[in-house]
Amino acid sequence: MAASTTTTSGSPPEFADATRDETSLRRFLHGLPGVDQVGVEQRAAGLATRSIKKASKMWAIDMAISMVDLTTLEGADTAGKVRTLCAKARRPEPERPEVPHVAAVCVYPDMVETAVAEVAGTGVGVASVATAFPSGRSSLRIKIADTEYAVEAGATEIDMVIDRGAFLSGRYGQVFDEIQTIKRACGDAHLKVILETGELATYDNVRRASWLALLAGGDFIKTSTGKVSPAATLPVTHVMLQAVHDWHAVTGELRGVKPAGGIRTTKDAIRYLVAVQEVAGPQWLDPHLFRFGASSLLNDLLMQRRTQLDGFYSGPDYVTVD
Amino acid sequence: MTWDYAPAPESRAIANLKPSYRMFLDGEFVEGSGEPLKTINPATEEVLAEVSTASASDVDRAVKVAKRAQDKVWGPMSGAERAKYIFRIARMMAERSRELAVLESLDNGKPIRESRDVDVPTAAAHFFYHAGWADKLDYAGYGPNPRPLGVAGQVIPWNFPLLMAAWKIAPALACGNTVVLKPAETTPLTALVLAEIIQQAELPPGVVNILPGAGDVGAELVNHPGVNKIAFTGSTEVGKIIQKSLAGTRKKLTLELGGKAANIVFDDAPLDQAVEGIVNGIFFNQGHVCCAGSRLLVQESIAEELLEKLHKRVSTLRIGDPLDKNTDVGAINSRDQLTKIQDLVATGEAEGAVRWTSACPLPEKGFFFAPTVFAGVSQAMRIAREEIFGPVLSVLTFRTPDEAIAKANNTPYGLSAGIWTEKGSRILWAANQLRAGVVWANTFNRFDPTAPFGGYQESGFGREGGRTGLEAYLDV
Repeated sequence: MAASTTTTSGSPPEFADATRDETSLRRFLHGLPGVDQVGVEQRAAGLATRSIKKASKMWAIDMAISMVDLTTLEGADTAGKVRTLCAKARRPEPERPEVPHVAAVCVYPDMVETAVAEVAGTGVGVASVATAFPSGRSSLRIKIADTEYAVEAGATEIDMVIDRGAFLSGRYGQVFDEIQTIKRACGDAHLKVILETGELATYDNVRRASWLALLAGGDFIKTSTGKVSPAATLPVTHVMLQAVHDWHAVTGELRGVKPAGGIRTTKDAIRYLVAVQEVAGPQWLDPHLFRFGASSLLNDLLMQRRTQLDGFYSGPDYVTVD
Repeated sequence: MTWDYAPAPESRAIANLKPSYRMFLDGEFVEGSGEPLKTINPATEEVLAEVSTASASDVDRAVKVAKRAQDKVWGPMSGAERAKYIFRIARMMAERSRELAVLESLDNGKPIRESRDVDVPTAAAHFFYHAGWADKLDYAGYGPNPRPLGVAGQVIPWNFPLLMAAWKIAPALACGNTVVLKPAETTPLTALVLAEIIQQAELPPGVVNILPGAGDVGAELVNHPGVNKIAFTGSTEVGKIIQKSLAGTRKKLTLELGGKAANIVFDDAPLDQAVEGIVNGIFFNQGHVCCAGSRLLVQESIAEELLEKLHKRVSTLRIGDPLDKNTDVGAINSRDQLTKIQDLVATGEAEGAVRWTSACPLPEKGFFFAPTVFAGVSQAMRIAREEIFGPVLSVLTFRTPDEAIAKANNTPYGLSAGIWTEKGSRILWAANQLRAGVVWANTFNRFDPTAPFGGYQESGFGREGGRTGLEAYLDV
């Protein structure tokens, strides 16, 4: 990593020492305070009992809708499927134009062009997974090319995966360099770094990977690809929210968090928003700083939104299934 | 852009609050001949109900019926039969858990989240756990066929009204004793609903008697010659009086008294969870916890960072209506207690400690005290030595592990302690050095009926819970 660290575009001066070389990086990451599993799970379960009702629930539903990265990442994706997804993203509920649009659609690189054409001028972003998603098992050259392909097609956000193999075998420098390299390949596009926490297994690893991604310049840290179980969990998201909070406390920079996979209900989404508010801080209740990587969540949010307004539950036939 | 949680109050109607409550004696609810007391909601200062209290003659009658029930019914009954009754009480408590939780929050001021998620389920768990022991006492390690003591006189405090009643009644019944229990003056209601459950469970009359009243009723009970065992949870001051008055009698005694627990945070601790543990240690139940982690001992090298995190976290605590499901810290139980907290906090300021108090808004009515953290506290200050029994934390620092232990043990109390470190060997070392009955590692204020609880020195003696706790109710 010696070559790239001379141009540490991502690391602010506070952490210049931490990223000087492989040894410093390892020392820094291993010097972070540990995460106690029992404690963080207890805290997450405790906060999940918050009872969000009435106006505060309505507010949360609209906020959650505007934070959704509406996602389709299937081998069976077609231009038609992506167009339908984009239509839903632009106007989630046709009969109620006051419903906010989602934050972005999230697709594979070859679908970016289609998506860009569909959402142009609407404020909906186009995120593309890249870097040999979901496993990340390819050469750096191919990962760069994958990223450039998506960016050139007009993606405004890139969701990269880290090399979990390198991370788990302690080659932090390699992961760091790769994130920096991809960040450069992104140009103006925002970079979300997928940690795939289900494969990192421990909360200590999640904290280290979060800091590694922040040090390397990731704009967002994201839990999961959605292809590995467990995907996003509340305690993992707590650890990541704590990381962006602490990062902000030291550097003054705001970085985002994106839990992805497994968040399907309004109730779940609200629990995440409570964690955002109480762990990171109210500042993070903003689509620029918090996203949900989800597909089925959006319809549940819309159904619950109707329930709030109409006073009764109308069911899945009253929202569009795409 | 702010996201304020809308009020989410639990319905007060669930509590089935009645205008008046009577004492429970010999299987019936009867009018006591003491002066009735009015119990209030500390969050609003409104009167909740009128409660009849016991006189000396009521206490005498209660002890006599308890003696009769012990001799004739409960003592001779097989353990397996006793277990059925205790299981039934546990089941009925679980069934009425919502009602008990709301009533507890109304009478005590503690947040509904806590009475719902901690007090009531743990109280039921104590009955479940001890029901299992009733027919296995031969295997408890006290020799074959251990005998009950007879009539247990039990006096409990106001901080966990129902849970303390369960802690006392369940092991006494499992071991074959009968009970005369006096709940605290300011919080008699849930114990009387427990009496209702006991009546519906068809426990033989006289096995459990619940007599509300003030300290004089407690004194009558403690000094009654017909009582074979006294169990008291409350202040060290009263505990000393009880111990003096029992000296020379044949009554067996267990005391669970005050505390000034040290929560020790080493520099290799999991910091974010340590902050949670500190908050839970001192702000859980408004700090009205005898084992509260009221002294934070933090290693100097991380003190500043930890305090900063702590202030931020404490600022997010929501203080207010105990019935609101989002309330984290409820009302102080009584005006007297509030005054006591205010006085000690004033002393802390006068002695030169640096006060930080959460800027959270407080309700206009009722007894509330905002979470407060004192930094720069030294061992010599009153706020480092005396039990405040409120949401007030004193922060001290240490340089080496030995100094931490020395400071932690430098107290007349010895109920509980907490250790925060990622190093397993240090946990084991510190736990061996600490003179405290309960030592938590990387957690705090966790309660379980299987774990014995009790203190050293002025925190009392005897254990409650677990196999060890049975000893207090057996003739061994």
